[in-house]
Amino acid sequence: MVCLMIEVREDWCKGCNICIDRCPVDALEESDILNRRGVRPPKLKEKNDCNFCRLCELICPDLAITVFPDEKEKKPVKKTLLTPVGGKIK
Amino acid sequence: MVKIKTADELNKKFLREGMWPTIFCNGCGHGVVLEYTFWALEELGLDMDKVIFSSGIGCSSRLPGYINADGLHTTHGRAIAFATGIKAADPDFNVIVFTGDGDCAGIGGNHFIHAARRNIDMTVIMINNFIYGMTGGQLAPTAPLGSIATTAPYGNIEHPFDICNLACALGANYVARWGVSHPYQPIKSIKEGIQKKGFSLLEFLAPCPTAYGRRNKLGDIKKHWEWYDNNTILKEDLEKIMKYGSEQEKEQVKDKIPLGVFQDIQKPGFFEAYEQLVDRLKEKESKSIGGK
Repeated sequence: MVCLMIEVREDWCKGCNICIDRCPVDALEESDILNRRGVRPPKLKEKNDCNFCRLCELICPDLAITVFPDEKEKKPVKKTLLTPVGGKIK
Repeated sequence: MVKIKTADELNKKFLREGMWPTIFCNGCGHGVVLEYTFWALEELGLDMDKVIFSSGIGCSSRLPGYINADGLHTTHGRAIAFATGIKAADPDFNVIVFTGDGDCAGIGGNHFIHAARRNIDMTVIMINNFIYGMTGGQLAPTAPLGSIATTAPYGNIEHPFDICNLACALGANYVARWGVSHPYQPIKSIKEGIQKKGFSLLEFLAPCPTAYGRRNKLGDIKKHWEWYDNNTILKEDLEKIMKYGSEQEKEQVKDKIPLGVFQDIQKPGFFEAYEQLVDRLKEKESKSIGGK
């Protein structure tokens, strides 16, 4: 269930680990499987504080990550209302 | 509640999937700039049949190939010249130019200067990675002092080229510089740049771990991305520190690269002025015919 919140297109990932370094709540880690390129794509940790800030989605250079905000699970959203409109909400 | 689009939907809309994944190296910042452009285009809701991308030669100039829209991949440094041609042929098009630092500041410098001087309605996204990455790591005009490249093995002694300052001096309508590690400010800036009538320049400081980082002890991706966080400062903060800060603080921020929006003015662009000229001459002619 936890893994449904973030989807990684594994054959697109190049293993730069920028998403893991940049995650503000440290919710990502390398997975156990190797992809076609021989790198380990990221995945969510078993216990994580993911607040759907979508930084990993926005910062991934290979556009491989998609974050699906889980509407059933109500977690307090820290800091910002993150709609990608450049700081403004329509 | 706003319906939040996911990256997957965005990719389906804008990406030419046959070309994916990119040829960019691990830890390169070019893909991030591409994604920010996608978000900005998505927010603006432009008709993609009316958007044309233009690019020269280099890593950054491969970006239009990944976008599902019309694009020109032109000769080295001449991307802005070709974009001027597109705009002159049909001013309804939104022209976006992807160009690198070698392409824009080095080889195509003159085209850039004169497009900015004429204030031609286009958005130039210059991705600055301090080096000619694709051709083997030659020194680019924007490289900081002391950086090592294949043509500068003992360190760069030439002063770097501040392209944003140049564009401001030439009176471009919108000039901004951002890094790639903070998403929201660049997306907003790209949006404003596309909407603006007249010349808009967006400079992005993109990491290049392979050609630049490897030679400058920044080959580690994490370290290289952190270098950009530690060596940049917001323009407003820099101004405040330079005005009110102590000597020690001034010394600390002296060599940092300022980020932010440097110029945001509304000057008539070249094609607006040209239309006015045509109207004026037509009016004059009709008057002279009427007088006879």
